[in-house]
Amino acid sequence: MQHLSILPILLPLITGALLLLPPLSKNIKRQRVTAILSMFAQVIVGFALVVSIQTEGVTQYILGDWRPPFGIVLVADAMSTVMVAVTNFLAFGALCYATGSHDRTGGYFYPLFMFQVMGINGAFLTGDAFNLFVFFEILLIASYALLVHGGGKQKTQATVHYVILNLAGSSVFLFGLGILYGTLGTLNIADMAQKVSELDGSVVILTKIGALMLLVVFGMKSAMLPLHFWLPKTYSSASAPVAAIFAVMTKVGIYSIFRIHGVVFGDDAGELAHIAQSWLWPLALMTIVVGTIGVLASPSLKLVTANLVVLSAGTLLVCAALQNEAATSAALYYMIHSTLVAGGMFLLADLIGRQRGKAEDRFVMAKAMDNPVFLAIFFSIAAIAIIGMPPFSGFIGKIMILQSVQSATEQMWVWPIVLLSSLGSLIALSRAGTTLFWRYSTNKQSSGEDSQPIHLGEWLGIVLLLSASPILALFAGPLTDLTNEAAAYLFNSSLSVDALLTAPLSKGGV
Amino acid sequence: MEGVYAFCVGLMTACGIFLTLRGRSFSVVVGLTLLSYAVNLFLFASGRLKLDAAAVLGMSEEYGDPLPQALVLTAIVIGFAMTAFAVILAMRARADLGNDHVDGRNPQTKESARQKAGGQR
Repeated sequence: MQHLSILPILLPLITGALLLLPPLSKNIKRQRVTAILSMFAQVIVGFALVVSIQTEGVTQYILGDWRPPFGIVLVADAMSTVMVAVTNFLAFGALCYATGSHDRTGGYFYPLFMFQVMGINGAFLTGDAFNLFVFFEILLIASYALLVHGGGKQKTQATVHYVILNLAGSSVFLFGLGILYGTLGTLNIADMAQKVSELDGSVVILTKIGALMLLVVFGMKSAMLPLHFWLPKTYSSASAPVAAIFAVMTKVGIYSIFRIHGVVFGDDAGELAHIAQSWLWPLALMTIVVGTIGVLASPSLKLVTANLVVLSAGTLLVCAALQNEAATSAALYYMIHSTLVAGGMFLLADLIGRQRGKAEDRFVMAKAMDNPVFLAIFFSIAAIAIIGMPPFSGFIGKIMILQSVQSATEQMWVWPIVLLSSLGSLIALSRAGTTLFWRYSTNKQSSGEDSQPIHLGEWLGIVLLLSASPILALFAGPLTDLTNEAAAYLFNSSLSVDALLTAPLSKGGV
Repeated sequence: MEGVYAFCVGLMTACGIFLTLRGRSFSVVVGLTLLSYAVNLFLFASGRLKLDAAAVLGMSEEYGDPLPQALVLTAIVIGFAMTAFAVILAMRARADLGNDHVDGRNPQTKESARQKAGGQR
């Protein structure tokens, strides 16, 4: 299948466009069926891509058959395909959940959702820095509309901040790209990695400025410390399926840091090697600290989850700062885990909030829930996984991260901060669990009208996303083989850089 | 030429940043527009400024770099769409929140607080 690597972009694009056309646009049932079927196909495509990388090796899809470094390429290697598969799986879970009630709060939910998935997939697959910008914009404009979807004061307020911040961020992104194009003369990521080692003189400092401007942008997307203030409010005011799909958006920023600052400005970059590291180190650790404080201080489950996303972003940025093979492998495993579990947690928080009447998901006494057993079981799975306690995937991910810290001084910083942040989230989540499930008022009067029963799609969405954690732990062996391979590929510049530029003339181009 | 060009881009960026940092959504949108103009000019210059150099081979002695022109075109389209969205969002926020401050509420200055307290009394 030579066209497999463009399907994760084409499928949502075509589905999204179809959903806007008359036979589908007015009928929510048809929209649901089409969207779910298409998303299911995309999940299969995602997994097929991961398998095809194993059997056929890295593929480069050359659009328009312009030889690299000219033109635009899509690069499907182990890391990008794994992230595409995770995105599609997460989107499928969120979409199942949305069929419950969230798709009717406003028009065009499914087309917007499809364009969002398209942008995220494209950002993971692209091998061209400017194309990365374009896909960032696609995912952003879809996310603006999704965030405000359903309306309400709180959402509008959060969206205004989010949009203005990201528009300013896009300008910085373009300034950075302009500088890099001016000094390197190319925007193909593999070609940039080759050209960057040949720089000398005053151009070096310009390139450094450009690269660090990109770090600012990616740091903003991934909620790095001074740029993370938008996240808790945005994520906690978005509707549940939207917040779930947003869980992968911070990972797009982190992934880009791995790609640009890990590969282009990595070991072989000559004078510019590891320029991001001295910034990433303190900021990543501080992000964890601030995230933990945020988790402890949050008054509602959605805010706790949003702050846990900040915390996991900090943990992943530490891996990016370590910049060794083991850390990258650990980061990829942790990225899969934290994306799916955080997505599941957002869905669960919405369901819990709905069943508690006016108290919603705030940590106050409220009426008893209708399905406490089901919700409590999944809450504890999600909590154990996200804290990083055995037996679920968070534990394995954190162990891998801690093991990948090699020198003693680095251990002195990383170990206590990562472990104390786990303790902090343990305290916050056990407090959350006891308040939510054990402290309820028994008088019948307070429980006025019955809340909506749980819809089949909502069950399915939560079960899918949260069962991923035990499965990730169960198949940790083969999965870590995969992430090790992905990391080894990224760090082997003769494979990830040179091979992509000297690709033989293929018949793969369209 | 380079000096004037750089000065113009720099001035526009400075104005854009200043306006973006204002509190009212109108000036923020204008600021973002200025920023995107500045960025477009900057991208255009990243292929080096040349006179009488068409971006087509064989049309002139020297030829310009066509790629920045393609990038600028993309950036203009995206910037235009984003500005349109920001304008609509600002209007919606004005309707939903009842004021045009980016935080969704008017900042309480000392005077307005005193006036309010006086009015209540």
